[in-house]
Amino acid sequence: MENFLSWIYGHQEYIYIVILMVFLGIEVIGRVPSVLHTPLMSGANAIHGVVIIGAIIVMGKAESDNYLALILGFLAVILGTLNVVGGFVVTDRMLEMFRKKEKPQTPKGA
Amino acid sequence: MEINILTVFYLIGSVTFILGLKMLSNPDSARKGNLIAASGMTIAILGTIFLYKDEEGKSLHNYAWIFAGIVIGAVVGTLAAKKVKMTAMPEMVSLFNGMGGACAALISIVEFNHLVRGYETGNPAMLYDLDKTTVVIIMSGLIIGSVSFAGSIVAWGKLNGKFKDYAFKGQHIFNLLLLGLVLLSATWLVVAPPENIFHLLFYGVFSLALTYGVLFVLPIGGADMPVVISLLNSFTGVAAACGGFLYDNKLMLTGGILVGAAGTLLTILMCKAMNRSLKNVLIGSFGATPTHATAQKAAGNYKEISVSDCAVAMSYARKVMIVPGYGLAVAQAQHVCHELEKMLEEKGVEVKYAIHPVAGRMPGHMNVLLAEADVSYDKLLEMEHANDEFKSTDVVLVLGANDVVNPAAKTDPDSPIYGMPILEVEEAKMVVVNKRSMKPGYAGIENELFFRQKTSMLFGDAKSVLQQLVNEVKSL
Repeated sequence: MENFLSWIYGHQEYIYIVILMVFLGIEVIGRVPSVLHTPLMSGANAIHGVVIIGAIIVMGKAESDNYLALILGFLAVILGTLNVVGGFVVTDRMLEMFRKKEKPQTPKGA
Repeated sequence: MEINILTVFYLIGSVTFILGLKMLSNPDSARKGNLIAASGMTIAILGTIFLYKDEEGKSLHNYAWIFAGIVIGAVVGTLAAKKVKMTAMPEMVSLFNGMGGACAALISIVEFNHLVRGYETGNPAMLYDLDKTTVVIIMSGLIIGSVSFAGSIVAWGKLNGKFKDYAFKGQHIFNLLLLGLVLLSATWLVVAPPENIFHLLFYGVFSLALTYGVLFVLPIGGADMPVVISLLNSFTGVAAACGGFLYDNKLMLTGGILVGAAGTLLTILMCKAMNRSLKNVLIGSFGATPTHATAQKAAGNYKEISVSDCAVAMSYARKVMIVPGYGLAVAQAQHVCHELEKMLEEKGVEVKYAIHPVAGRMPGHMNVLLAEADVSYDKLLEMEHANDEFKSTDVVLVLGANDVVNPAAKTDPDSPIYGMPILEVEEAKMVVVNKRSMKPGYAGIENELFFRQKTSMLFGDAKSVLQQLVNEVKSL
């Protein structure tokens, strides 16, 4: 019990962040209209690509004789970048179509 | 100083992620939101490369490797994302999601080796004394990342037809046991790491988690793939957050948890749209068990309609509703569809689209497709509105949709889709169903609708059929 409580004390900052982010995530998504579900999923997919930062740290810390870390870190950087870049580009492509649609609407209304 | 600037960068990054997600919730600001999140990510990545300092105050090195990796990833990612067809977007998202999961798992592997390296060189002296919190986080990142990676790859393969649904008897129990074994081994490694075989145990957990990811997604039927991708998306979010704990990195933590929470909610919303619980989706093994009862009941006579008859019926109707499905996406028929809509409108016919929340392979899939073809927003009706309007509709044209218009969802308690809200197309005076053949839909269930009195079948590829319809309507 004592251990557990002191663990909570030691990690309270994280615990707060996690709890607040959970509510924020739900709050932010809760108002998304269903038309935007696919781009939203894709956008969220790109955002969790933030894991790339971990990969960069792994890669950048690897000693030059630690081949396992070098190879896996290199692979992780590639995969993480794929996630980030691919995710944002795909989302942008989807949303581009939503915008294109608005233009012909204006002349129609005029 | 540098580390303080980096902190500010991460703070900016976190805010852009939240803002980006928020702006994605509005069609007008969505694109800007995506760009804002992307720029926040860029700042954070560049900041990490140049400003990061580890606990001993050392900067990162291996810049050549880092930049090579980023360039390769960026080029391949951009090309893949630019070249992918609209129909294949869901697979692409699933694939990118899998990459993120794999990245998280790889980080865990490296960090575990880093951790036990300390033990092997005498600090700490006992394996038991490794920091428990760190080991728990490494194991969580490993397991969640691996499941997400393997599951996403299977989902990707299933959506583009590389893998078939596969289930064996008692698979759910086997899966549960496997998951139990994964968690048990991981707990063992955390609580009382065995001196001699801890490496073996670690990689054992890794391979078991990968296997679990494969077996977890394999039996789930195609109609449920959107739900699964969304769920795996939130898994990867949590795996990224594990990295945040590991490196005391608030940006990874906030970004990961944000996506984890949002993805989970999105998953639940999708399940609600199908009137099923998440448990039912995951354990229910949709479509894996053939439903003989429904298949036999549905077997009967159907009638076909010619293209010209269909064109006449639609041209002289007051109101036509189009129900798009995956067939429309596969045939890339969205532009022709829009053309038909315009032709009919010129003839004074009111044309609307009825969009089922899970039509296609992802929620909003149809909206994206039709938006590509410049179909205006206000023509797209959501399910409830559409169901109100079917009563006053003369002709319903179902384009490659199947399960979302299957009346078995309302009438047959034995049907695997029983309870799912459907588009009640039968309320209309006439239903024309365009399909390539009489083969059942993605969920593998026969559709009684095709054999009903009001229904006529119009066989053929959606694109060519629509093109013929356009020509016929034009010549009328």
